[in-house]
Amino acid sequence: MNGMIGHGATLLALLIAGCGAAAAFVGGRRGNERYVAWAGRSGIAVCALVVLAFLIMERALITHDFSVSYVAQVGSRATPLFYTVISLWSALEGSILLWALVLSVYTAVLVRWSKRHSDPGDPQPAYALGTLLCVNVFFLLLISWPANPFRPLSPVPPDGPGPNALLQNSPFMGVHPPLLYTGYVGMSVPFALAVGALLAGRLNPDWTRVIRRWTMVPWTFLSLGILAGAWWSYEVLGWGGYWAWDPVENASFMPWLTATAFLHSVMVQERRGMLKTWTITLIVSTFLLTVLGTFLTRSGVLASVHAFTQSPIGPFFLTFLALVLLGSLTLLAWRSEVLRSEGRFDAALSRETAFMINNLLFAAFAFVVLLGTMFPLIAEAARGVKVSVGGPYFSQMTVPIALLLVFLAGVGPALPWRKGSVELLRGKFRWPTVAALLVGVALVVAGVRAPLAWLTFVLAVFAVGLLAVEFVAPTQARHATTGESWGLALWRVCRSNQRRFGGYVVHAGILVIAVGVAASSTFRHEQEWYMARGAVEPFGRYQVALDSVWAVHESNRDGVVAATSIYKNGSVFARLYPRLNYYKSALEPIGTPAVHEHLREDVYLVLMAYTADGSHAMIKAIVSPLVGWIWLGGGIVGLGALFALWPGAGRASPRRDAAAPPARARARPVTEARV
Amino acid sequence: MAWNSRRTSVAIGGGVVAVIFAYLIWGGIGNNLVYFLTPGELLAKGSSVYGTSVRLGGIVQPGTVHWDAERRELRFRLEDDAKHTVEVLSTGVPPQMFTEGIGAVVEGVWTPDGVFHCHNLMIKHSNEYKAPAAGAQPAEYYRQLFRKQQS
Repeated sequence: MNGMIGHGATLLALLIAGCGAAAAFVGGRRGNERYVAWAGRSGIAVCALVVLAFLIMERALITHDFSVSYVAQVGSRATPLFYTVISLWSALEGSILLWALVLSVYTAVLVRWSKRHSDPGDPQPAYALGTLLCVNVFFLLLISWPANPFRPLSPVPPDGPGPNALLQNSPFMGVHPPLLYTGYVGMSVPFALAVGALLAGRLNPDWTRVIRRWTMVPWTFLSLGILAGAWWSYEVLGWGGYWAWDPVENASFMPWLTATAFLHSVMVQERRGMLKTWTITLIVSTFLLTVLGTFLTRSGVLASVHAFTQSPIGPFFLTFLALVLLGSLTLLAWRSEVLRSEGRFDAALSRETAFMINNLLFAAFAFVVLLGTMFPLIAEAARGVKVSVGGPYFSQMTVPIALLLVFLAGVGPALPWRKGSVELLRGKFRWPTVAALLVGVALVVAGVRAPLAWLTFVLAVFAVGLLAVEFVAPTQARHATTGESWGLALWRVCRSNQRRFGGYVVHAGILVIAVGVAASSTFRHEQEWYMARGAVEPFGRYQVALDSVWAVHESNRDGVVAATSIYKNGSVFARLYPRLNYYKSALEPIGTPAVHEHLREDVYLVLMAYTADGSHAMIKAIVSPLVGWIWLGGGIVGLGALFALWPGAGRASPRRDAAAPPARARARPVTEARV
Repeated sequence: MAWNSRRTSVAIGGGVVAVIFAYLIWGGIGNNLVYFLTPGELLAKGSSVYGTSVRLGGIVQPGTVHWDAERRELRFRLEDDAKHTVEVLSTGVPPQMFTEGIGAVVEGVWTPDGVFHCHNLMIKHSNEYKAPAAGAQPAEYYRQLFRKQQS
């Protein structure tokens, strides 16, 4: 029953999305408002149907309806409710369903939004909606046919294996995939808007601002999703790290890099009418990279070049990728007239230059990661050898780029548009330079001998200092002229241009992350022991004692726990319980490290192995400084982005409203007539 | 005219940067390649792979495992389908599941003394669920701890 309703809903959604896309393109081309209105309605209908399919799948999972193939694949009566709910995205078919859900919600939001914001006779929203519906068609095609999660099973199995053990092992899996998908899938919206603009043959500043805002939202989710993934990997995988340049991680990171580049270059386009082709190329690449990333991680192609043809979805993805690539290139070539630059660079010392360099660095960064991720495939296809690209390649190539970006994160905002003067910069740079030098000397005195980490800290202090100047100078001026208190003046200054100051807060968050990454990867210290019960081992400033080893039984898993005490200065500092868990769906045990988290340094214990009588255990201990800064920085990035997007006295919206009342007044009767 | 010469210099500068970048990437990848080999392939390549990073995959040959708890050194032979074997020396505590006859991937270098020095020992597994083979008893090992707890 569940299976039939679910499959029926996806099939119907597929049909409606296809018709809606056709209506949108035809309506846009002929200027037929009725067709466009129908396309909008079909977008809403697709969303409702996919939400229905999603809820049906959740119901099937929660009620253990093993006649549905996907439930039989990932469900189990023993799994706790929370993990049953999130097991929806624990395997291929379900994650494509989640993808389709997020996409259809975005589509519905876009429909609602363009009703309020479009002028009659403007084909751009219609083309954008048509494009987005085409993307819907692709993913609905996948879940209706090759990756159908609703296939009926007969005979119905009495129970299932439960979800992937790694997913069951941490509540983070309830947060990370939805965040990541909301970001990842959301990149289809700016892509659709850009294609809409190209098809319509116009790219006005208003539309550019719209694309930028629609990129900011998924960008924020993608940033948080990537960090949540890093945190998950830190809390679960038991090697004390959070990033391994694994293809799955790279797949989420590459679109983030190009989207970040886009968010910067689009400002140059808005302000100066330059870099149009480049900006559009970046947003198209971002979308292509999300599709490529899903293909890489979901088709099995990474295990072997030849495996993907056996996977049900590999050929579909490759075809879709090729179509999008060819279509976008053709469009870009066809509409090169529209993308001609209106301005040009006036001076080397200007914010435009900083943005240019920033963009080149982000593009190079993305290229390095892309090449490292794809090289094993190329080598296997071309020369028949199985290779992988080692982690050192990524760090050697990306650390210098990242350091330059840290530097620019402060310098860029300090530079004025068009042309900067040396006098102005001298004033702005004075105190940050002093602060950076003082910190640099202090670090050397404190015994920091790692040049790259030292450089990261110094550059980060310099950049944070420059950002602080951007906040302090206008606040000071406001305080002096209006007599407002310092706090109020700062708040009013920030509110006067939310986008700008929110952006600076995001920069500060990224700098905090950079410091955390540099410190934790450079000054990490680890040790492992084969310990008898009651033994105490020295570990840096701490002592680690193994108190006991015991076994626990839970409904979905069994576990072995090592109880340990960490001593510092002779007294108990923390009690930690690292464990190994045995799941029905995994042959090997999955560890849960125990972490004592602190902003200064984390103490991280892993139970590696134990003897069957519980008398001995092998414990690995890791101390990594400032890991917590990475998560803290993520929080700052999120808050900054939220502030930038928050509706209010920001510059973008009132100016827009002031400029466009006639258009909106004209649009209103039409939208009413449509409904 | 000035505009043209500026364009040219920008193009030349960009070209130089691109060439340096390509060179760095080429070297970066070349120096960090890790080859996936089986014991048979490793033996066939012989001395040509001494010192290069290799991931060697095979089965832990039963009866060859020696664990020196004092020095935390693990020695065993890794075997492939064609019964070619390579001696592996691994330092550090092996994963809980490490046992004779299990699939393992070792990352390290092969040295002229004929021993594969491994710095990273992984049990071969897949992310996707596969039903245990008939008769396999995944992880029954820990059940002794339950018995101990009850007694």
